[in-house]
Amino acid sequence: MTERLLPTPSHTIGPFYGHALPFPDGGRVAPQGHPEAITLHGYVLDGAGEVIPDALLDFWQAAPDGSLEGAPGSMRRDPSTGGFLGRGGVDFTGFGRVATDADGRYALHTLPPGNAGLPYLSVCVFARGLVHHLFTRAYLADGADPLLDSLPADRRATLIAAEGANRTYRFDIRLQGEGETVFLEFQ
Amino acid sequence: MALTQSDIDVEIKDLQDAYDKAVAGGALVRNHPSRDYPPYRSSLLRHPKQPLVAVDGGDPETVELSGPVFGVTDITEHDSDLTIQHRGEPIGERMTVSGRLLDRDGRPVRGQLIEIWQANAAGRYAHLREQHPAPLDPNFTGVGRTLTNDQGRYRFTTIKPGPYPWGNHTNAWRPAHIHFSVFGTAFTQRLITQMYFPSDPLFRYDPILQSVTDQAARDRLIATYQHDLSQPEFSMGYEWDIVLDGPSATWIEEGR
Ligand SMILES: [Fe+2]
Repeated sequence: MTERLLPTPSHTIGPFYGHALPFPDGGRVAPQGHPEAITLHGYVLDGAGEVIPDALLDFWQAAPDGSLEGAPGSMRRDPSTGGFLGRGGVDFTGFGRVATDADGRYALHTLPPGNAGLPYLSVCVFARGLVHHLFTRAYLADGADPLLDSLPADRRATLIAAEGANRTYRFDIRLQGEGETVFLEFQ
Repeated sequence: MALTQSDIDVEIKDLQDAYDKAVAGGALVRNHPSRDYPPYRSSLLRHPKQPLVAVDGGDPETVELSGPVFGVTDITEHDSDLTIQHRGEPIGERMTVSGRLLDRDGRPVRGQLIEIWQANAAGRYAHLREQHPAPLDPNFTGVGRTLTNDQGRYRFTTIKPGPYPWGNHTNAWRPAHIHFSVFGTAFTQRLITQMYFPSDPLFRYDPILQSVTDQAARDRLIATYQHDLSQPEFSMGYEWDIVLDGPSATWIEEGR
């Protein structure tokens, strides 16, 4: 096997990405008014239990039919103004991006993922102070799953979003300490 | 009492020595920074204490082995030229920054999104929460985007950012850098990092760069001055290749 290239190291996103990375409709992956739309929401918290108001979350998921092809158009740009056009509302891109607000909260409006096995959204967490991003999964149901089944019960619970009223799912992300979210490493 | 640079220098040196000693003793080289890096104070409460849980990338149905795609609607032509986004020219040393986006097998990652953001020539971000007393430049926002071409190459025109102070400790200054956000073919390859410029005297004082404790890995964050990339009467050329980590579906297709 040939010598593999060494990877470019990760760095923190820092505090000043707010005018660069978030985009309008970043958290609206589902077409407006879609009857099957769900909302994944929650807080991002640090090791002292304080909310993190400067985290950025990237989401990737299967389409409702299970497709992992994705589609362009998450952040459609307007060449005449240099601004954003918003999503077209036709294609399901599978990609969402939300910065936490001053309360450390996020909300993602999307369609139910149709991946094989238990439905889940993949979440990539960035924050000031976090020198290398963290991956986790927000499972929308509990059941048999190779990853979940490998975890002790209290750790397993951190990956399962709690279903609420009106097709909402609560999924908090705790970077450290009690109830620390399970973070993943892909090998 | 506020920490001084020499307090931070001691912590950086201790962690560097411990890493070098571990590697000399046979420990694995660390290509990425340790999330637990106390000299960077904001990391203290923002790193997990439990070990990461391994997910076997050998299952092709793993959602993270695929990833978002972007296209011509997600960028405009002027997004890759940060010097033409306003009515006038930004102040500063104009640069052409270019390189290739590769996976660890050296294959180009084509048609993927690269986003950048940076301070202006005086070291100030066009971000309201940054209030240090350096001038804003009305002709510079410092945000760019592009898609890699068929060779995996990207190219930006911008100006050289200045170093800037920050609150980690007294007299803390970041070396000049450009933030990069990059996607691969798989979500596992997602990367956010920073590109630096050759021979910056601030490198040794900066706990963010030094959080990468492997010297060779740190060196991979530093662009090379490339005269062939410099444009006559126009810009200085810097070359910087990006290599993405993490498994992808293409590895499985090709039996890796
Ligand atoms: Fe910065």
